[in-house]
Amino acid sequence: MENSKSRWLGIGLQVGAVLLALVFTSIILLIVNTPPIQAYITILRGVLIDNSGHIYQEGIANTLVAWIPLLLASSGALVTFAAGLWNIGIEGQVILGGIFTTWVLRLLQDSPMPAWFIILVGFAVGVIGGALWAALAGALKTYGGVNEIFGGLGLNFVATALNIWLIFGPWKRPGIASMSGTSPFPDRLWLPTLPGLRLSPWSLVIAAVAFAVVYILLNGTYFGLQIKAVGKNNKAAFLMGIPTSRYRMTAFLICGSFAGLAGAVQVIAVYHRLIPSISSGYGFLGLLVSMLVNYSPTWVPLVALFFAALNIGSIQLPIVLKVDSSLSGVIQGALVLSVLMVDGLRKRLVGRFAGGGQ
Amino acid sequence: MNLDTLLVGLAGILTAAAPVVIATIGETITERAGIVNLSVNGSIILSAMAGFVVAVSSHSLVLGFLAGAVVGAVVALIVAFSSITLKVSQVAVGFVLTLMTRDMAYFLGDPFMSVSGPIVPALPIPGLEKIPILGTLFFNQDITVYLSFLTIILAYVYIFKTRSGLVLQGIGERPAAAFVRGANVNLMRYVYTMIGGALVGLAGPIYSLNVKAGWKGTISGLDGIGWIVLAITIFGGWNPLRAALGAYLFAFLQWLGLVIQPSLPNVPSQVLQVAPFPLMILTLLLVNIGNAEWVEQTLARLPEETRRTAARVLRAMRTSPPASLGVPFDNE
Repeated sequence: MENSKSRWLGIGLQVGAVLLALVFTSIILLIVNTPPIQAYITILRGVLIDNSGHIYQEGIANTLVAWIPLLLASSGALVTFAAGLWNIGIEGQVILGGIFTTWVLRLLQDSPMPAWFIILVGFAVGVIGGALWAALAGALKTYGGVNEIFGGLGLNFVATALNIWLIFGPWKRPGIASMSGTSPFPDRLWLPTLPGLRLSPWSLVIAAVAFAVVYILLNGTYFGLQIKAVGKNNKAAFLMGIPTSRYRMTAFLICGSFAGLAGAVQVIAVYHRLIPSISSGYGFLGLLVSMLVNYSPTWVPLVALFFAALNIGSIQLPIVLKVDSSLSGVIQGALVLSVLMVDGLRKRLVGRFAGGGQ
Repeated sequence: MNLDTLLVGLAGILTAAAPVVIATIGETITERAGIVNLSVNGSIILSAMAGFVVAVSSHSLVLGFLAGAVVGAVVALIVAFSSITLKVSQVAVGFVLTLMTRDMAYFLGDPFMSVSGPIVPALPIPGLEKIPILGTLFFNQDITVYLSFLTIILAYVYIFKTRSGLVLQGIGERPAAAFVRGANVNLMRYVYTMIGGALVGLAGPIYSLNVKAGWKGTISGLDGIGWIVLAITIFGGWNPLRAALGAYLFAFLQWLGLVIQPSLPNVPSQVLQVAPFPLMILTLLLVNIGNAEWVEQTLARLPEETRRTAARVLRAMRTSPPASLGVPFDNE
């Protein structure tokens, strides 16, 4: 009885949280004189329906293109969150993945090696790049006492600068250096895409496999159990003989690898070159996705898909309604914030019921 | 470089540092009470936008500054309510807010992009501005700079020299003891979080109406400053004087970057702009490394003389946070 009551309370509050976020973003929209319903419809149409009323293949495909790096970043964030770490540096780790991949592809693009092999090396080196950047944040935390939030954040800015320096300096296009990035790679090094779309089925496979790995790692292995123990109570885990520093470093390395993979996907499958905004905020968004699902993997693919759809749909906002596309960030933030707050409210109410019953 | 240009440069550093000083002292007050407000970066951007929009629409600089402070206080109220009343993780709430308020600023400020707005006028202090050197540095500034000086002094005196400042320290260090002595810990945490937030929010319009006048959306050059503020709060050891020193050091290094940029034509300006961030990591490393286990072990193996000197140097740099920073307080 009591149990089902508190479950209904939980579901009711979840719905309340979503409504709260919706009310908040509607107010924001009213401030700039935009009818909220029209804005939401514009976002939805931007994903699903084209101007002539047909299914919008490109919108759906682009949503999946955005979903792939976001799912990779979210999967990585799950691992560091499980270890009790705030890896804000995912953003920079994605960038370093992109930089490393670009570096090795530039070296090998004119070599006689088969294309599939070069692409494979590109992915592997991207993973290493992301992992190394994460290791730096991890080492600062573990051996230097620098909080990973500041270490990671500082390294994000450094990664951005490094990226821009490479694009405008040593790797600039012959003649012109521009925000459009480095020279594109020969098309034999592009991952094959669906006809007429930017979406590569290979990237989908990569993201799905990566998520499955994290899911099994966290929910089905002894390693997952121990890393959660470190996250829940570092000191207790240490006293029980778990080498906590090593586990936290491993969590950083795993997360960085996924972020690096995301960077590699962006370079090899999406842009075919290095661009200044290679990470596009997916690192931060991945953290928000994990927070929204209370750090448990099950719903991550779905929530990541929803967030990706918001990003893609919002691109239509400036075109159709003349308002900025950053609305997607407001909606995402409002959702996570209200879910966090409502969860706190639920714990308080449940605690009060329990207290009253005694 | 002659003395006059140097003096003008140094005076410019004091101007550029004013918002950083005020925001850092705001965060210092909040953290002194035991609450981390991680939303600083977004708060500054949103309050810069709000302050600019209000000042442009109302033709009043004062209302602009007020709007910035109110925005900062409201964001801080959300942090306080979530973490004190709902006991949600302060880091989680602050992190979401820092991202959300930034996007809100870009979204709501879009119609005011590149609109021309008012700028805080210079306000030389009669008489005092004529003093050689000191006059140019300190008394030929504008009101925001005088406000930053005042904030440093008031915050320092309040925290360390008054009774209520002592209670403030108490609720951040040992809230249970403060509670037993009659302090309403959670109410005071609300109040100090909002005061701190208002100061952080004041920094926004100081940028958009003075230091980096105008609103240019994502290229306003404000993204990142809030993180530096949070780092300087740690560097400053939760002491307004040391925090101000950190802010001036930061502004000096930024100025240095601008000065040496022309002699490095191959380095894109974006690269020099991020120079503060590796420095931020480095300073945090310096103030924290003394706490690391391996450092203690290494020190123990050194010869006595060297060990003592090294330990003294590390201790001088080390800062430690209020003991109950980030820990919710339950008075049951």
